[in-house]
Amino acid sequence: MSATSASTPNTAGAVMASASQSPARMAVRRFMSGPAAVVGLVVVVFFVVVATFAPLIAPFDPVKTSWTLIRKAPSWAHWMGTDENGRDVLSRIIWGARASLLAGVISVTIATGVGVPIGLLAGFVGGKTDMIIGRLVDAMLAAPFLILAIALAAFLGPSLQNAMIAIGITATPIFVRVARGATIDAATNDYVEAARALGNPPWRVAVRHILPNIVPPVMVQATLAIAGAIIAEASLSFLGLGQQPPAPSWGSMLNSAQRFLTQAPWLAVFPGAAIFLVVLSFNLVGDGLRDALDPRAK
Amino acid sequence: MRGHLGARIAQVIPTLLLVSIMVFGLQQLMPGDPALVLAGEERDPLVLEQIRRELKLDQPLVMQYLYWITNVLQGDLGFSWRIRQPVTELVATKLPVTLQLAGMAFVIALVLGVPLGVLSAVKKNTWWDYSANAIGLAGLSMPNFWLGIMMILLVSVHLGWLPPSGYVPLTEDWRQSLATTIMPAFVLGTGIAAVFMRHTRSAMLTALQQDYVRTARAKGLGEMKVVTKHALRNALVPVVTLGALEMGTLLSGAVLTEQVFSIPGFGKMVVDSVFNRDYPVVQGVVLVTATVYVLLNLLADILYVMINPRLRGA
Repeated sequence: MSATSASTPNTAGAVMASASQSPARMAVRRFMSGPAAVVGLVVVVFFVVVATFAPLIAPFDPVKTSWTLIRKAPSWAHWMGTDENGRDVLSRIIWGARASLLAGVISVTIATGVGVPIGLLAGFVGGKTDMIIGRLVDAMLAAPFLILAIALAAFLGPSLQNAMIAIGITATPIFVRVARGATIDAATNDYVEAARALGNPPWRVAVRHILPNIVPPVMVQATLAIAGAIIAEASLSFLGLGQQPPAPSWGSMLNSAQRFLTQAPWLAVFPGAAIFLVVLSFNLVGDGLRDALDPRAK
Repeated sequence: MRGHLGARIAQVIPTLLLVSIMVFGLQQLMPGDPALVLAGEERDPLVLEQIRRELKLDQPLVMQYLYWITNVLQGDLGFSWRIRQPVTELVATKLPVTLQLAGMAFVIALVLGVPLGVLSAVKKNTWWDYSANAIGLAGLSMPNFWLGIMMILLVSVHLGWLPPSGYVPLTEDWRQSLATTIMPAFVLGTGIAAVFMRHTRSAMLTALQQDYVRTARAKGLGEMKVVTKHALRNALVPVVTLGALEMGTLLSGAVLTEQVFSIPGFGKMVVDSVFNRDYPVVQGVVLVTATVYVLLNLLADILYVMINPRLRGA
C-alpha cells in the first residue's frame, strides 16, 4: 500500500512533466534516445557538409585529367587512387555527393510538393474525387519504380535534371497515398469537427487544421524516399541516364569502374561504399523518425 | 469472398486502362518528331510524310491512342525501330531469361529472409535480433549493382569460382545455366530478402503473442514445434502475399543486374532500347511489366483471401 501511495506522486509528476513538454520536444527526445538514428543523422550531416563545401574540401579538381596519373592505386597523395583519366577519386566522390544529395532532396521535394496536396484533396473531399485519384495512383504504382524512371528519363533525355524530374514523378504516388491516409485519419478528430462547426471554409479546415497533422508521416516517408531517390539517381547515372560525364556522380563512376575491375578495383569500391553509407544513414534516420513520431509503429 | 474478388477484378480494368494511357503518353514527352528519329539521315519530306502516315502520327492524339490500344489488345506491341522486329516477339524471347533470374532470386530471398526473420522474432532484443536487423537494413540500403560488381571482383576475379558475365539457357546446359545465373540471382535476391526478413519478423512477433501459441505452449509442445507449426504457419500469410508483390520489384531490379552481368534479358533490352532511341520497345517493356505487376497484385489479394481462413467465409 505504502509503495503504491509513494509511487503515485512520482507518476503524477511524470505525467505533468510530459504534459508540459510539447509533442515535438518529446519526439526529439525519443529520436535522440535511439543510438542508430543519431549515428545515421551524424553521417547525413557529414555528407551534407561535404557536399556543401566540396570546392573547399576536395583536394583536386574533379574533372582535371592527367596522363601521368592514370589508374594509380590509393596512396598518400591520392587517398582513394586515381581513375582511368588520371582524375582524383576522392575529389570526384566529394563532388559526387552534391549530385546524389541534390537528386535525393530535389526529387523528393517534387514528389512531396505534388503528392501531398493531391493526397490531402483526395482524403478531405472523398467521394468521386478520391476514387479517380486512387485509380490514377494505382496506375502509376503499377509500373515498377525503376523501369518507369528509366522510361521517363529516356523520353525526357539523359541529364541529372531530367533524372531528378523522372524520380520525382515516379515517387509522387506514394506521397499521395501517405497524405490521403493521414488526412482521413486526422479528419476524424474532434477539433476538425469543431473547426467545421464554427463555420470555417473547407480550405481553411484542410490547410490550418489537417495539414499540420499529416506532417509527421510525410516527414518519415520523405526521409525514406530520399534514400530511395539517391539509389535511383545512382542507378540512372550507372545506366548513363543521369549525370553526364565528365561531371562526377557516384553512379557514373561505378559504370566506368566496371571496365577496369581487374586493373583498378578501388574505382568500384569507394563510390559504391559512399552510396551505401549515405543510403543506410537516411534509412536509419527514417526508421528513427518513425519510431519517434509514431511510437505505436515501433 | 466471391463479391470481394469480383470487385477486386473489376478494379483491375480501369487501372490497366490508365496504365495504357500513361504508357502511350510517354511518347508525347519525347523531344522532337518521332518520324525524324525513325528516318535517321533520310530527311526527304516524302519519306517523312510516309512514316507519319504509317505510324498514324498525322492523326489526332485520341485516334493514335485508339489505334495503338487496339493493336495492343490483339497482342501487337508495335515494331522495333532499330531491330526491325515485332516488340511482342522481342519480349517473348527476352522475358523467359529475366523470369529465370527473378525466379531464382525469389527462392534465394525466401531461403535467406524468412529464417532470418523467424530467428530475429524468436530471439527478440538479443544480439541475434540486432544482427538480423542490421543485415536486413544493410540489404535494403545496398545498391544491387554495386553488390554485383563487388561479387564479380571477389567470386570471379579473385576466387575464379564462377563466370563474371554471360548467360546459357536452361534448355541448352542446365549446369552452365545455373553457373551463369546463381551470382546475379543472389545479388537480385538480397534486397528482397531484407524485405522478407522485416515482414516475417513483424508477423512472427504478432503471431507469438496470440492465444493459440500460448495454448500450444501450455499443452507442453516443444518450442521448435510451437514456432514452426503454430506461429510461422500463420505469420507466413502476409509474407506469401507480399512475395507476389515483390516479383514486380524483382523485374525492376533485373534491369541493373542484367546490365552488370551482361545477361541478355528483359532489363538489358530496355536499357539498350533507351540508348538506341527505340521507343516502341521501351513502351512495350513498361506496358508488359506494369500489366504483370497489376496481375500479381490481384493474385496477392486472391491468395490472401484464400490462405486466410477468417476471410474465406466472408
